[in-house]
Amino acid sequence: MFQVVFALIPVICAAFYFFGVSAILLCVTASVSCMAAEWLFSTGPERHRSLKDGSALITGLLLALSLPPGFPVWMTCLGGFAAIAIGKFIWGGLGQNIFNPALVGRAFLQAAFPTAITTWTRPGGGLLDARGTNLALPFFQGETLDAVTSATPLARMKFQHEPTALIDLMVGNTGGSLGETCGIIILLAGVYLAVRKIFNWHIPVSILATVVALSSTFYWVDPLRYPSPLHMVFSGGLLLGAVFMATDPVTSPFTIQGCWMFGAGIGVLVVLIRIFGGLPEGVMYAILLMNAATPLINRVTRYRVYGTR
Amino acid sequence: MKEAMISERLTFHHGVHPEEFKDLTAHLPVERMPFVDEYVVPLSQHAGAPSVPLVRAGQRVQRGEMIARAAAFVSVAQHAPATGTVSAIELAEHPNGLLMDAIRIKADPFSSQTMNGRKGLRWQDMDFKTFIESVQAAGLVGLGGAGFPAHVKFSIPEGKTCRYLIANGCECEPFLTADHRIMVEHASELVQGLTILRHFVPAEKVFIGIENNKLDAMEVLGREIRRQNEDFEVVPLKVKYPQGAEKMLIKAVLKREVPTGKLPIDVETLVSNVGTLVALAQYFTASIPLIERVVTVTGTAIRRPANLIIPVGTPVKHVIEWCGGVTNEAVRILLGGPMMGMAQKSLDVPITKGISGVLVLTHNEVRDLTTYKCIRCGRCVEVCPMYLNPSLMGLMARKGMYDEMEQLHVLDCFECASCSFVCPSGIPLVQSFRVAKSMIRERKART
Repeated sequence: MFQVVFALIPVICAAFYFFGVSAILLCVTASVSCMAAEWLFSTGPERHRSLKDGSALITGLLLALSLPPGFPVWMTCLGGFAAIAIGKFIWGGLGQNIFNPALVGRAFLQAAFPTAITTWTRPGGGLLDARGTNLALPFFQGETLDAVTSATPLARMKFQHEPTALIDLMVGNTGGSLGETCGIIILLAGVYLAVRKIFNWHIPVSILATVVALSSTFYWVDPLRYPSPLHMVFSGGLLLGAVFMATDPVTSPFTIQGCWMFGAGIGVLVVLIRIFGGLPEGVMYAILLMNAATPLINRVTRYRVYGTR
Repeated sequence: MKEAMISERLTFHHGVHPEEFKDLTAHLPVERMPFVDEYVVPLSQHAGAPSVPLVRAGQRVQRGEMIARAAAFVSVAQHAPATGTVSAIELAEHPNGLLMDAIRIKADPFSSQTMNGRKGLRWQDMDFKTFIESVQAAGLVGLGGAGFPAHVKFSIPEGKTCRYLIANGCECEPFLTADHRIMVEHASELVQGLTILRHFVPAEKVFIGIENNKLDAMEVLGREIRRQNEDFEVVPLKVKYPQGAEKMLIKAVLKREVPTGKLPIDVETLVSNVGTLVALAQYFTASIPLIERVVTVTGTAIRRPANLIIPVGTPVKHVIEWCGGVTNEAVRILLGGPMMGMAQKSLDVPITKGISGVLVLTHNEVRDLTTYKCIRCGRCVEVCPMYLNPSLMGLMARKGMYDEMEQLHVLDCFECASCSFVCPSGIPLVQSFRVAKSMIRERKART
């Protein structure tokens, strides 16, 4: 699983480039709190090897990368703890959970701190400056200056019908969560993981294909109202979610056929939530909902055993 | 159907592609291993009842003489691998890890170990019953590894027909090249063996299934079939593990599936390993019972890899000694192939009829024993050639949920170990299924 961590390094570097030391601050906080929770909740002989498989580290990094750059450190710490405790250990630990732990952590934060998690700072600024309310004291929200916040491309599209330049979306020069803005690097990391056969490439391919197909239809119906397919793919957390979160082996189906269904389901939900839902972004809920459907998909796509009817 | 036969893409679905390592021995002609001073012939080298000894301690035996008879229908005879004296009949270490009854023979150091005055059998005039009895008396078992008595397989049950005969020359296990060399060097006997078998089991069509990595064997066999004026068909198959498993071979060649719990004969097919067919020919043309077999001695930690003819019952330590011993990196010795072979704790175990390889491996090829939790990645599900769900069954095995495992067809698992091979968490899946299968069988036998 450390291959996934290696693949995340360029994504973290991109986040550092755009959002400075905040990226490092949140990544370290989330990883440490996830690993601390993992160590704390493991019992007996499991404890000394609980951190060796790297799964808690991945959860922490993914959680951090899905947060806004100016998110308070103390909330991040809480989120990491919730990710492991509610996302993983109450189900019985690694391999038993139904939902992706990082996304459970993020959903927890979204419910607990709805303002903080939707306050986005602009990219740019000094590499060593902490963004937004990073350093807010525990139990305080901190104050954000309006001048440094910006709407995400998805929010601007949804509420003002103003698309963002595609090149900015691909390179990552937009507001958004730490790790989601630079689409090209995420895609390259995905290609690396697919070539090394670390993950199941069917899932991201099926998500992206569904999103492109569905949003093309909407775009064809009314290009002014709905975003273009490429805008859809490169904005928001779609790439980060498709490459790193939906591919979590524990919460995705067994069979290749099941993976296609799983990916298609996520794709449809993302487009529906983004276009018709109340929120500008829907990747997190789309993946969590399909996680819940995974046991059902596994049941439907069972193989016929050789020699049986 | 015809076009499919010509295609070189014939195969089954799923399976794995382990590194082959066959270059170590594929080019080496089979050499005869010299006789050693002691032999251990286990009474149980086959599936079924152990043979009944016909000799006593202290008795002299001739090479090729029957020293134990078949105890039942599903049982075969055993023969002396060398001329000498029976030193004891006692418990001895068996490659399967248990202590089992065996006949110890002290070889006569002055014997020339030749077998004089042996003529062939007149098989052309033989009736079916005599044929079956002769095969049983020859001690013939499947040489592919399972050790199923050959005569039981050849006895077609009432009401069943055998339309297809398939010689299994896949040898899909990495490292092993014994069958490969047999096909190249004993092509004429192999074709003869098929002719004899077809005389008694009148199959419409005879195939020789060979993986694509043995082009020389296909060529030699093609020539030999034409020379003997037979209509056998050499079928090239894709290189994939476990192509040599009976059910996978049938699927690849005939596109048929053996129903669960049934035998190949239920789809009108009989599969036999190429080594078994050569042994059959040797018995019917020269009266040589199964007293020796071709074994590949190989691995990255043996000094001199070789393909050897080894008398059945030769202790493994002598085989390794003859091959120059092991290097300092040796960490494990396996009997059989790397996927399905059995790791050995003692070098006193003998080569038995079902053993096709002696493998000495270094740390690089042996898996670290650390296991992690199952992350349900589904890789095992995507490689299982039987389309089982090893991931789920592995979790059930840990909880002893054997009834549920039976519902998931764990009894159809033939232990190819593809699941353990791909598991990123290093979970010993196939080992737990082996335990579950024996538990289920035991429970059934009791009720």
